[in-house]
Amino acid sequence: MPVKLTIDGQEVEVEAGSTILQTADYMGIEIPRFCYHERLAIAGNCRMCLVEVEKSPKPVASCAMPVAEGMVVKTDTPMVKKAREGVLEFLLINHPLDCPICDQGGECDLQDETVAYGRGKSRFEENKRAVEDKDFGPNVKGTMTRCIHCTRCIRFITDVAGVPELGATGRGEHMEVGTYVEKALSSELSGNIVDLCPVGALTSRPYAFTARSWELKKTESVDVLDALGSAIRVDTRSNQVMRILPAINDDINEEWLGDKSRNSYDGLLRQRLDRPYVRNKKGKLEAASWGDALKAVAAKLTKAGGSKIAAIAGDLADAEAMVALKDLFTALGSANIDCRQDGAKIGGPRGSYIFNSGIAGIEEADALLLIGTNPRVEAPVLNARIRKRYLKGGFKVGAVGPAANLTYKHENFGDEAKILEAIASGKHDFAKVLKDAKRPMLIIGQGAVARADGDVILGLARKIAEATGMVTDGWNGFNMLHQAAARVGGLDLGFVPGKGGHDVAGILDGAEKGEIEVVYLLGADEIDMNRLGKAFVIYQGHHGDAGAHRADVVLPGAAYTEKGGTYVNTEGRVQVTRLAVFPPGEAKEDWKILRALAEVAGHAPGYDTIEQVRARLAQVNPVFGRLDELSPAAWEAFGAEGKVSGDAFAATIANYYMTDPISRASTTMAECTAAFVNTAAERTGTHG
Amino acid sequence: MLSDKDRIFTNLYGIHDFRLKGAKARGDWDGTKDIIAKGRDWIIEEMKTSGLRGRGGAGFPTGLKWSFMPKEVGARPHYLVVNADEGEPGTCKDRDILRHDPHKLIEGCVIAGFAMGAKAAYIYIRGEFIREAENLQTAIDECYDAGLLGKDAAGSGWPFDVYVHRGGGAYICGEETALIQSLEGKKGQPRLKPPFPAGMGLYGCPTTVNNVESIAVAPTILRRTGAWFAGLGRPKNSGTKIFCISGHVERPCNVEEEMGIPLKELIEKHAGGVRGGWDNLLAVIPGGASVPVLTKDICDTVLMDFDSLREVRSGLGTAAVMVMDKSTDIVATIARLSSFYKHESCGQCTPCREGTGWMSRVMNRMVKGNADLEEIDMLEEVTRQVEGHTFCALGDAAAWPIQGLIRSFRPEMERRIKEARANLSAA
Repeated sequence: MPVKLTIDGQEVEVEAGSTILQTADYMGIEIPRFCYHERLAIAGNCRMCLVEVEKSPKPVASCAMPVAEGMVVKTDTPMVKKAREGVLEFLLINHPLDCPICDQGGECDLQDETVAYGRGKSRFEENKRAVEDKDFGPNVKGTMTRCIHCTRCIRFITDVAGVPELGATGRGEHMEVGTYVEKALSSELSGNIVDLCPVGALTSRPYAFTARSWELKKTESVDVLDALGSAIRVDTRSNQVMRILPAINDDINEEWLGDKSRNSYDGLLRQRLDRPYVRNKKGKLEAASWGDALKAVAAKLTKAGGSKIAAIAGDLADAEAMVALKDLFTALGSANIDCRQDGAKIGGPRGSYIFNSGIAGIEEADALLLIGTNPRVEAPVLNARIRKRYLKGGFKVGAVGPAANLTYKHENFGDEAKILEAIASGKHDFAKVLKDAKRPMLIIGQGAVARADGDVILGLARKIAEATGMVTDGWNGFNMLHQAAARVGGLDLGFVPGKGGHDVAGILDGAEKGEIEVVYLLGADEIDMNRLGKAFVIYQGHHGDAGAHRADVVLPGAAYTEKGGTYVNTEGRVQVTRLAVFPPGEAKEDWKILRALAEVAGHAPGYDTIEQVRARLAQVNPVFGRLDELSPAAWEAFGAEGKVSGDAFAATIANYYMTDPISRASTTMAECTAAFVNTAAERTGTHG
Repeated sequence: MLSDKDRIFTNLYGIHDFRLKGAKARGDWDGTKDIIAKGRDWIIEEMKTSGLRGRGGAGFPTGLKWSFMPKEVGARPHYLVVNADEGEPGTCKDRDILRHDPHKLIEGCVIAGFAMGAKAAYIYIRGEFIREAENLQTAIDECYDAGLLGKDAAGSGWPFDVYVHRGGGAYICGEETALIQSLEGKKGQPRLKPPFPAGMGLYGCPTTVNNVESIAVAPTILRRTGAWFAGLGRPKNSGTKIFCISGHVERPCNVEEEMGIPLKELIEKHAGGVRGGWDNLLAVIPGGASVPVLTKDICDTVLMDFDSLREVRSGLGTAAVMVMDKSTDIVATIARLSSFYKHESCGQCTPCREGTGWMSRVMNRMVKGNADLEEIDMLEEVTRQVEGHTFCALGDAAAWPIQGLIRSFRPEMERRIKEARANLSAA
């Protein structure tokens, strides 16, 4: 029901239940605020947003006051001005004057609002309060003297992250925000409180004192360290990434970002492959020119040719590089290509391997079954979305898989695949819960499909979806959660074994037996390198990780911040990263390397520019032509019949903070690992 | 002066037995069942007729407050919460009700609870009230044994339970929403309003929070009719009230009196007068620490009720009358109150968290005159920046005493500053 009210003489009609502040925002009338944040619960404690409401003797906190019919609000009266000045003066009396050395400088709400609404002169002559700094772990730096007690961080950690570790202790001016007993914040989303903090009390520890906000170049891009494709902003200075922040994308990450995606950027500077290498006769990798390296690779590939060569695409590979590699291998007559390093038994109809409901669709669901997945570490931002839905109530969550603390109430039925059979046949209690739900949903993780009977389990999941009404008109609750940013794109463009081709297991078997002589790794580091036998290995990628160590030729590629690469997220949404910095040294964008290699090998493809590559992608699969939108997939039969093994579902991610070559090279992630994962590990004198 | 026949708290001084037997002898639990039988609407109407205004300090009409509860009990239960966290400096009326007349409160809980559809009452009692909580619990246990509480409270057919919850001793937990937070086991901090407790209170359920005295007088009002209560005192300020007289009087005491009694009469009749005679009076804080101080010329004539005291820019508050004779260091007194509010501010909202500390520090300097003359105006302005801008009334309570001081004793403050200046330049 709409309500009519007047703000500053302008009449407006808004939905009942809106607050005055929301209405003013909608009308473009600025009301200053510190504690209010549109994605957090309302606290109403900073008092900065006071406005005058007719018939109310006192000024009213506009962030907490619902609109009412006929309300007359004024935001520009002397009373309001005085109230704002007063509150700002109060906030400043105990706020240190350390703006010149504060990392928040230049992007500080308190600075900005003091400029806009402050009184310009302090009357406070007493001593300022000082608060001891707190250690919140490797991601967040706490300079608590600067805290203005807005409690945004407390509300985020408690409500959104669901890890109630922050709170306020003490009363009055002795109130302090902290973790009660000092400890590192264990939430995977802890970095977000740095963005939320309106002052410099919580700043980024990795970014500390490395740059000033106004000297940074800002590039909007897409994160690839999990499969969500969260919107990010890459802040750079000269040719270096100084920090990564979340950008807003309501369909994916709202405005949150996981700590790994946020803080592993220092890994982009370490262990980089910045020039081509070729292994010499002594068995040592030796720097080589691009020409020599490409010639060596082309010679090996063309000589072996056909079924004796194979290619594996890694988890961070962009679609342009994969299609170029695929085209090259097709030209060379090989069907041995695969993008599923973990051996997941997926790749049927598109509807079987994407997150059909969309991430935002979680908010519409009313029952959820998790299969072999721990979203908290596989995709923390998605997990926060599940928690958001959970907090609204009327949402039952069941899980089949290893027990985990998921930040919301759920029932774990055990970790045996057999339980799925019971749910599919309706014998299990949770089948009824799903059936009774209007919009039931399941999320199947890679832990459920990356095993020998993965296709049977996928089939069982399909049966559950069909038996409980998850797929209806306008609703498809069958969702697969990926961990690799490259995976859906790889499947969409068919980077899977062709007719008679081998998958990853087959390639490794073949290499071990000597049947496959040349293996091309496109950023593939998660396979067992020991099983490559005597094969000639080409590694194209950006980090000196497992693959480069094994390689006979190293071709230096570009990381996601250094190229415009197409990635398809777990929902099947096609997105493009943007070049924020140039690749280091002689490293090049990946599709260009493959384009050049193809030419040297005598199979020049029909594309020379990035636009032509993308046109080729759209030709392979039309979804690549539709940027930033969801393409609903048809519901077709998939999965296999058969018996499931008695093996339990295993956790697929042992350490959230290190899952890929970039985060493995990051010192911040190493600190996180030491703080949160290997806490019990014995440390010797050389540690830290 | 209140005649004995109109006295409600007949065991205010603990001369008689506080237990059930004694309470019954004084008329408590008489016809409780019949009152309940008259129904919800009758009770609320009668309370409205009585004109009873909340005795916790704000003076909100009690009957009206009860009527804010949803008429029908929906999916969520209703709760009555009794605020026995008596912490206002100078106030000690609820304490005497709790230890000497607990049955009045318990009976009031049953009736008020019934009137608002609540089947349970929580009495949040100040942590320091150890013996009081014991007496109250004893009385509650007796009621269960006598069938006055439980599945069929007082034979009315209405099930009712009363629980005692001991507070931790924070002043702010006397604020109704902070009290609810604390009762739920959370940090005692006021909640945002709206939603008001009548819509979403304890555990998110409709809740009414009443002061001990407001609930304890209800049974007598309903037995003797609202019109009787309304006939006492003055219009809109009706009934009787327990006054707590402390400070520089001959005999500090609690006394139940008619609303609207002249302050001078109250002090002279019941407290033996001001130490050294009425002319030795310097000032009176008429309603607990948070209301502005009154100078003698006002005290000569002012009546003790909500509206009269408001007219002289003070307030009845909890009716805790603090009398100060001419030996009092009035600036130090108010500075002490400021430091109390600084200590008790919950820290949630900016003006109170930062303002109480600032005001207290300036006040401490004012005691010795270690300030500039302009700082008096600045202090006044700071109090205005706190007043009305805070989450709850604690900010107002911290601001008003200082405003009262500046209004009434500015020359004294200026004298100290000038004297300190003179001493400084002499040295």
